Amino acid sequence: MTYIAKPRLHHPSLVKNKAGYTRRDYEGAVSTLCAGCGHDSISAAIIQASYELDVLPHQIAKLSGIGCSSKAPTYFLGASHGFNTVHGRMPSVMTGANLANKNLVYMGVSGDGDSASIGLGQFAHIMRRGVNMTYIVMNNGVYGLTKGQFSATADKGSISKKGVANSDESIDLVSLAILMGATFVGRSFSGDKHQLVPLIKAAMDHKGAAFLDVISPCVAFNNHPGSTKSYDYVREHNEALNRIDFIESRDEITTSYDPGSVTTVQQHDGSLLRLRKLGEEYDPSDKVAAMKRVQEGMQEGEVVTGLLYVNASPKDLHHHLNTVDVPLNTLGDAELCPGGAALDRINASLR
Amino acid sequence: MPQAITAVNDFVVKFANVNGSGSASANELFARSILRMGVPVSPRNIFPSNIQGLPTWYEVRVTEKGHLGRRGGVDMMVAMNPQTWAEDVKEIEPGGYLFYDSTKPMPSSMFREDINIIGVPLTAITNATYTDARQRQLFKNIIYVGALSVLLDIDDNEIKKLFGEQFKGKEKLLDSNVKALNLGRDWVKQHVDPEQVKLKVRRADNVGDRIFVEGNNAAALGAVYGGATVCAWYPITPSSSLAEAFQAHCKKLRHDKDSGKAKYAIVQAEDELASIGIVIGAAWNGSRAFTSTSGPGISLMTEFIGLASFAEVPAVIVNVQRGGPSTGMPTRTQQSDLLSCAYASNGDTKHVLLFPEDPKECFDFTADALDLADRLQTPVFVMTDLDIGMNHRLCQPFHWDEQRVIDRGKVMTAADLDAGKTFGRYLDVDGDGIPFRTYPSTHPTKGAYFTRGTTKDEYARYSEEGAVYVRNMERLQKKFGTAAKIAPQPIRYSSPKPTRFGVIYFGSTHPSMVESLEQLEAGGNHVNALRVRSFPFAQSVEDFIHEHDRVFIVEQNRDAQLRTMLMSEFVLDGRKLVPVLHYDGTPITARFITADIEKKLGQLKVVSFEKAAS
Repeated sequence: MTYIAKPRLHHPSLVKNKAGYTRRDYEGAVSTLCAGCGHDSISAAIIQASYELDVLPHQIAKLSGIGCSSKAPTYFLGASHGFNTVHGRMPSVMTGANLANKNLVYMGVSGDGDSASIGLGQFAHIMRRGVNMTYIVMNNGVYGLTKGQFSATADKGSISKKGVANSDESIDLVSLAILMGATFVGRSFSGDKHQLVPLIKAAMDHKGAAFLDVISPCVAFNNHPGSTKSYDYVREHNEALNRIDFIESRDEITTSYDPGSVTTVQQHDGSLLRLRKLGEEYDPSDKVAAMKRVQEGMQEGEVVTGLLYVNASPKDLHHHLNTVDVPLNTLGDAELCPGGAALDRINASLR
Repeated sequence: MPQAITAVNDFVVKFANVNGSGSASANELFARSILRMGVPVSPRNIFPSNIQGLPTWYEVRVTEKGHLGRRGGVDMMVAMNPQTWAEDVKEIEPGGYLFYDSTKPMPSSMFREDINIIGVPLTAITNATYTDARQRQLFKNIIYVGALSVLLDIDDNEIKKLFGEQFKGKEKLLDSNVKALNLGRDWVKQHVDPEQVKLKVRRADNVGDRIFVEGNNAAALGAVYGGATVCAWYPITPSSSLAEAFQAHCKKLRHDKDSGKAKYAIVQAEDELASIGIVIGAAWNGSRAFTSTSGPGISLMTEFIGLASFAEVPAVIVNVQRGGPSTGMPTRTQQSDLLSCAYASNGDTKHVLLFPEDPKECFDFTADALDLADRLQTPVFVMTDLDIGMNHRLCQPFHWDEQRVIDRGKVMTAADLDAGKTFGRYLDVDGDGIPFRTYPSTHPTKGAYFTRGTTKDEYARYSEEGAVYVRNMERLQKKFGTAAKIAPQPIRYSSPKPTRFGVIYFGSTHPSMVESLEQLEAGGNHVNALRVRSFPFAQSVEDFIHEHDRVFIVEQNRDAQLRTMLMSEFVLDGRKLVPVLHYDGTPITARFITADIEKKLGQLKVVSFEKAAS
């Protein structure tokens, strides 16, 4: 970590996005995580994605649980409200926040301990409710803040820094998210921003439960030989199925692609996901095939990355609850309180 | 001939049934018909944690004087459950009445010499008229209501009117119910001398404009009026009907007329942890939110309650208390979660509690709790219980002041921020300990902050500095002092004569306490009473204690939890505070309170003034 405070003033020549903000307007405080931590790269990718999406910084709410990953929201989107909740329970708080105001962009940041161990139940339930959000797990397979214990996503047989082999089966959050009904599921690697930034942009634009499992090596406790979440291991075993270009509905399409090399997914709001194939045929709209491919990869020791599953017409929790178009937190006395006359009628029915 | 209890408009009828047999609606019909004759009733469900096949009871206290607490004792038992026959018969007061199904002859050893026996062949009458098994089961219940209406002089026109309201537009059902009612009435008229039963209902005018409603229903309506838009809950007895009533009220009162869309969101969460998490998230983001639960749910929510308190996020939790500890007695009543709610969570935490006495106050206090939670930016508990929550109780009609507006507390707006007002999320600007907050997305560049359960300074910046921590904790203490001033204040009931003795009580004990005060007064024992309605306690509670030599603390738990809180909050000598404790899961009675206080006065060698003078 660094002790040098970031200068408040921006260079006047910094390029502004369509919302009128520079990339620096999406930054947060200086990170206190270890130098080289994968989480900082993910924070940088979130900043980049938010900047490129032209989203107003204060229209994002960022929520997290407890742990190294959950500290990260301090280090991006400083102009957004943030909520560092309790361990493993961020999903319920984000669900409530989303119910109160359907118009904000919700960014949930969690870790593998926070989401796969103590918070597995809430993780599953936020996916099945279809909360409109981007849920990112910064996955390093280890407890960092408490110094190196295995987490529930550590692969069976992987070796800890102290030399102990993990005997428990690992929990694969990608498979679980698909199974629980998430409508946008991807996996990426903190060291591959070219893949990660467009995935985050597409997830933020997706109008349903979007989940990204981002392998993010822990340089302090899980970056040694024998670990399956180290930089070297992930680079060697990364099996990227596709690389996406996220194109907002209002953007003109300027890039040209070789015919046959891309698959286009048009989402309900008109935005396009262009998936550049990287070898094998893969159809991310096929839920069962996605489950199968992810499981096959696990068996082969591959880290399968890319956009793994997407439902182009998701329905979110507000749709299920048939809530009014304006945010619930904007309703006032007149809309909420039925008044004295209605109460008199109720009294009359209780006699 | 055994003696016969003679009473007009002042007796207890208890129905012994099997749950799942449809008896509940027939029994409620019985109670309502008496109410329609202008005579107050106080019914109570006594039911097991089970859906079908186990014993269940329904006790109706008929009370012209309006004593709505449980009386204790049974004047007439309607014994419809063979499984509990022996204990039901045993429970009848000497000179009381046993009403039973006499279809099958029973040996005399099954009865008692000192009670009056009324047999009606309910099964025979039912089977002669109905062939369908479910009809037989349901109409048998209506037939016994018909039979009882003749024996007790209940006006059958009132029952028919109730049928008319219940089956409006369903003429077939209306006719068949009236037919069943008359079957019971006709049989009794032909075969029994109604004067055998000397318990009678006589028309009176003591109900007035009062309403008859369950506390859970009332609290749910209070949440609608108080402006709650988010409700998250997990099913648990005895609170489940509260969230379900909120849903029902919202369906009628909270849909947009044009679009039909909902101005509320209800989530049945996966557990109580998620319920309170959803409430906190919604309240953080500017919606009014609440959850309803019972003791075990509070245990699960404890960590989140600490977060809401320390991060200063509003939350309303309605705790419909039941018998504890652990799973305890899920279908019995107690007031045993005071300590677990008042001091929930790790570290130095204290929370605001409100104690409603009846459904009217359940309505008022739930609406008030939503204002208080926003005003104080902290969790507020509405501490009701099974006795209030799940029983129909006669109470004052709901009232809403049309001038009242939702109090969102100290919220800084974009205009405030643009005007250059200083925003420190945890900065006390006016000495009441309550800081300003901003909702997310208020302003593009100002007012954003990070909410966390860790220690922070006045500007929400993370800090582990001792002085910063102490400043924050002292401000929270000051805020708690503000709460004592703005929460519902205690109500005093003074004895007509000066006295050295006082009694402090709260919540569902109220009707029995009022009745007990009359009994004590009649026995020459003068006692002043104070009904505590919130925690933190108002200064007047301490003043009341200092005003008396001895103060009885009446509560429905084993450990005298209110007494413990009074002693610790006011730093009092416990010898002055005499516990009166009832905690077997049944609602406390005036008989119990009076007997216990008289016994304790005896131990203190107190002789009533009248006795000393004679």
